[in-house]
Amino acid sequence: MEPIIDTSRFPATNAIGDFIRAILPGPVAELANIVLAVLAILTVVGLTPVALIWMERKVAAHFQARLGPMRVGYHGLLQPLADGIKLIFKEVMKPEGADTFVFFLAPILSATASFMVLTVIPFDHHLQVTDPAGGVLYVIAVAGLGIMGVLLAGWSSNNKYSLLGAMRSGAQMISYEISLALLMLLIVLLSGTASLREIVFSQTGTVLDWWIFKFPFFGIIAFVLFLISSTAELNRAPFDMAEAESELTGGFTTEYSGITFAMFFLAEFVNMFMAASLTTTFFLGGFLAPQFGLASLDRMLDAIPGFLWFFLKSYSVIFIYMWFRWTFPRPRVDQLMNLEWKVLVPANFLLLLIAGLFVVMGWA
Amino acid sequence: MTEQQAGLAGDIMENGVAMTVPPGFSIDRREGHTDEYFLNMGPQHPSTHGVLRLMLRMDGENVLEVVPHLGYIHRGLEKIGENQTYLQNIHLTDRLDYLSSHINNLALCLAIEKAMGIGVPERAEYIRVMVCELQRIQSHLLWWGVLGMDLGAITSFLYGFKERELITDIFEEMCGARLTMNFFRPGGSFADVPDTFIPRVRAVVERMKSAIDEYDTLLTNNVIMHLRTKGIGVLAAETALAHGCSGPVLRGSGVAFDVRRSDPYSIYDRFSFDIPVGTVGDCFDRYKVRMEEMRQSLRIIEEAAASFPGGPYRSKKYATYNLPAGSYYSQVETARGLLGVYIEADGGPKPYRIKYRSPSFANLSALNDLAAGHKLADLVPIIATLDVLIPDIDR
Repeated sequence: MEPIIDTSRFPATNAIGDFIRAILPGPVAELANIVLAVLAILTVVGLTPVALIWMERKVAAHFQARLGPMRVGYHGLLQPLADGIKLIFKEVMKPEGADTFVFFLAPILSATASFMVLTVIPFDHHLQVTDPAGGVLYVIAVAGLGIMGVLLAGWSSNNKYSLLGAMRSGAQMISYEISLALLMLLIVLLSGTASLREIVFSQTGTVLDWWIFKFPFFGIIAFVLFLISSTAELNRAPFDMAEAESELTGGFTTEYSGITFAMFFLAEFVNMFMAASLTTTFFLGGFLAPQFGLASLDRMLDAIPGFLWFFLKSYSVIFIYMWFRWTFPRPRVDQLMNLEWKVLVPANFLLLLIAGLFVVMGWA
Repeated sequence: MTEQQAGLAGDIMENGVAMTVPPGFSIDRREGHTDEYFLNMGPQHPSTHGVLRLMLRMDGENVLEVVPHLGYIHRGLEKIGENQTYLQNIHLTDRLDYLSSHINNLALCLAIEKAMGIGVPERAEYIRVMVCELQRIQSHLLWWGVLGMDLGAITSFLYGFKERELITDIFEEMCGARLTMNFFRPGGSFADVPDTFIPRVRAVVERMKSAIDEYDTLLTNNVIMHLRTKGIGVLAAETALAHGCSGPVLRGSGVAFDVRRSDPYSIYDRFSFDIPVGTVGDCFDRYKVRMEEMRQSLRIIEEAAASFPGGPYRSKKYATYNLPAGSYYSQVETARGLLGVYIEADGGPKPYRIKYRSPSFANLSALNDLAAGHKLADLVPIIATLDVLIPDIDR
């Protein structure tokens, strides 16, 4: 089942890394490469919210028959910058009776967790900070850290609304973690590897070899379940119980202002990008160009660099998340838990069983 | 401590700490309520629609008791009214239920007309009916949008406003205002409707017919919407009647009471329209009733526009309206229910006493019966489907 990787077409190292290795001695070169990679990830983390804030506002606006930001820059392109500057210069306030250390630790935890997952995402065959053999396990473990930020924020705010929001999201995110993990396991089972890079390569071939189609019919179900679970895991509308503004005013972010609020905001958008890139990696062939079995068309599509395909696919998934948000009302928190424990978890176990059957019989 | 204060607030012990019970709760002090806490919702809260303040007794996410606190937008309109002439009072009624301004105006005008025996020309009656029904649709559109927003579907808010804007434009052209509109006078209206009125109304009716279907697609048929509203906040017909509820809240509980039908004012008896009623009395029934009411209002408007007569728009004007001594009452069906106007006149140009019976106040009084036992999240659709308007309650 080990996917065979064509290393001549998809080398694991890139030109910048090779250049550093050529001019510096071994251990120093590795260190320099790690620093460069982390800087690159930080850039992605910094720019993703900027792009997503603009995209969210524009998508929302056009769903709602209006234009959205139009004043700051061409079609409001600089609006996220203006928003960011406003948030940075706002006064940071702490409610009386709040636990100072935990109160300020929480947003940092949230932002850090989302940043850490990006280190194992294969943006392209040579653009990945590190590729641990148990990459999927790492993703599951680190994504859980984000919950800590939300829980601590609600707990330390000394506000009943924040506490309610945090308790809701704690229950919600821990529950949906399970179905998300089960779906990741499904792909691990099918592809026979837990390394994200190799999972992508297990989908080499035409579009029909992506896991969404390669696992016939059930792949699409798994994809939809993954979308639902990750929306809930992201605390995004329609599953944004933690910050349901019509019930809990701001939920766990009620007491946060200025840059501390911006950290949660940033974490939310990076998380969304992270979830979309995981969806892309697991189901949509990651950085692989879509191939349709038509030689001339395939060659043209293949000429486009992999990371562009990766971002295109991820942003399409993000568009689906936004579509959800601006269409659906929000279910109640107990209904959401019912959905998870009575529908999604059994469905995921069933999918795992079917996938096991497929693997044993050698159908997939 | 005065007797009143002692009756309102008392101390209970919670984990050995004295805790003040906010006024209004029927809490039993002898039992240990260690898991319960009080939550203040409003007056600055996104889903209390203005400045409604609710004190909640909660157990986790469960609401045990709700106590509404009023008075945050009390302007003393009834007291002010005693120092204003009847004509000036018409302008004050705009501010009662600002989403039913025209209908409020009509209520006072009807009382004055009844007292002085003023007749209303045919054309003016048609104008009144059409404007009132447009107002009802306009009010329900805002309600629909806000309900969606309260449930988390923010898009519905802007969809509702899209069509609402067309109606607001008609009102703006007609009387110059987009909010707190003021148009009706005793014996008709202060001006004739513009020539563009009928074509614009026809256009709105056409647009609204397909728009309501669109709303059904977006919200009514959504499964999450059903999850959130069906079986939530059930109001039994007897309870509704006992609280004096009226309008869509009462009709949602299955009582077919509509002032337009049971005590027809203006020329409502000439038009054919159905009174939609619910069966269970839950949030979804109240929702369906309002959606159907919009369709029925469209029917009335369409019928009125088809036979819109010419002629004068107002009967004889008076410099001052001196109501003969006595008491007068008139009632109308606003978008929220029965609005009653009671005037005690002493023969002068100003009322001796004027009292408004507002539908929102009675409807809100049923809140605890609806919400107790539900989750905090359910409180939001319950308040939204009661469709209370705080300026109407506080006056």
